[in-house]
Amino acid sequence: MPLPKTFLIVVTVVGCAAFSAPASRAQESPYFVTYDHYLEEPGNLEIEYSSTFGTQRGGNDFHAYWAEFAYGVKAWWTTEFYLDGQTTFGDSTIFTGIRWENRVRPLKREHFINPVLYVEYENIKGTEKILKEVEGHDIEGDFAPSNGTLRKEHKHEIETKLILSGTFKGWNISQNTIAAKNLSNEPWEFGYAIGVSRPLALKARAKRCSLCPQNFTAGVEMYGGLGDRHSFGLHNTSHYLAPVLVWNLPSDWALRISPGFGLNDNSHRFLLRWGVSREISGFGPMIGKLFGRRP
Amino acid sequence: MKLLLPILILFVFSEIAPRAGAQDHSNQPAKRDTAYDEIAQAPAKARAKRNPLESDPEAIAAGRALFEQHCQECHGRSAEGARRGPSLRAQEVQTAEPGAIFWILSNGVVRRGMSDWSKLPAPQRWELVCFIKSLGKKPG
Repeated sequence: MPLPKTFLIVVTVVGCAAFSAPASRAQESPYFVTYDHYLEEPGNLEIEYSSTFGTQRGGNDFHAYWAEFAYGVKAWWTTEFYLDGQTTFGDSTIFTGIRWENRVRPLKREHFINPVLYVEYENIKGTEKILKEVEGHDIEGDFAPSNGTLRKEHKHEIETKLILSGTFKGWNISQNTIAAKNLSNEPWEFGYAIGVSRPLALKARAKRCSLCPQNFTAGVEMYGGLGDRHSFGLHNTSHYLAPVLVWNLPSDWALRISPGFGLNDNSHRFLLRWGVSREISGFGPMIGKLFGRRP
Repeated sequence: MKLLLPILILFVFSEIAPRAGAQDHSNQPAKRDTAYDEIAQAPAKARAKRNPLESDPEAIAAGRALFEQHCQECHGRSAEGARRGPSLRAQEVQTAEPGAIFWILSNGVVRRGMSDWSKLPAPQRWELVCFIKSLGKKPG
């Protein structure tokens, strides 16, 4: 299936905006799968492109990718829209679906542990391979069939997460508990993600520099499935361990990379993820003006 | 793509709808003081915290660099205040204890649209405090 026109229009328009609009340098999280409790600045739009390259036993290796548009509606509410696709080598390239997620921070102050509530709606095909989260009995074998076979499966899924996260002496520790439900009468599935990270330097330097250690945050994340409502546990589930690194460039871009390793026979042996993002400051007010809101 | 329409409606609504309690700090000096109310909310323990970088000769310059990266978008180039954030040169800020400003940076002022900046490590937040407090000092 060719990439829809809307996808190309949205990517082009927002891409132009990313290059021309004023940017703001937020401290990007290094995680790909785990969420911490930090939300987008209100009115800011973050545009991100990310990739997952994965090895596949019993099938062809794949390269899955997604465009992510995260908007800070309020200081306590961030909404994100995703467009996903993938290329399976020796097979085909396919648009795999859309996702819309919302994260809400219920407590207004910073605490030792900060909860965030997460709700996501997914409208995706069976060909989805971005592995943004692992849940239930998701295993490597599920990805082996050809795109022609997998595309027949269509999922409407609601995914919820309880995000617990805190930062102490520069160390961020985040834990996500996942519960997902395919709306076509399948049982609730569960999963987890845990991440630990720290900037390479806690103090900033007086001069702007690209390679200053405070611009880098390194860490590690671990994620996997926990079965479903009928068979909760580790049986027939996959798990991954992945070092993560983000480089917040002074030129307002952020680069992330993460090699991931499967921890059991049900997991892909190797996943290589990378992403590039830019945050556009004041995007919301700019759009508001177009619709006549007074500054 | 059916999902795009509700997302667009939600987005536009959130941008056009008047925000309860929102203020234009540059045009309404009479109401300016309310923007600083949050400083008074800082608990005594937070106020009593000493700035560990007070005597660090590089802290102000490092704080300035951080301000330019993260804060000037809302508070203005010279911290004089802008539409999205109040002036940091105001008396309310300059007379506040360093610990109270650090507390504001760490917790944000969520109802007024300021996120918490605890994503910056504590030493960087103290560097910002050093810079903010330096704005009230007379040159020379």
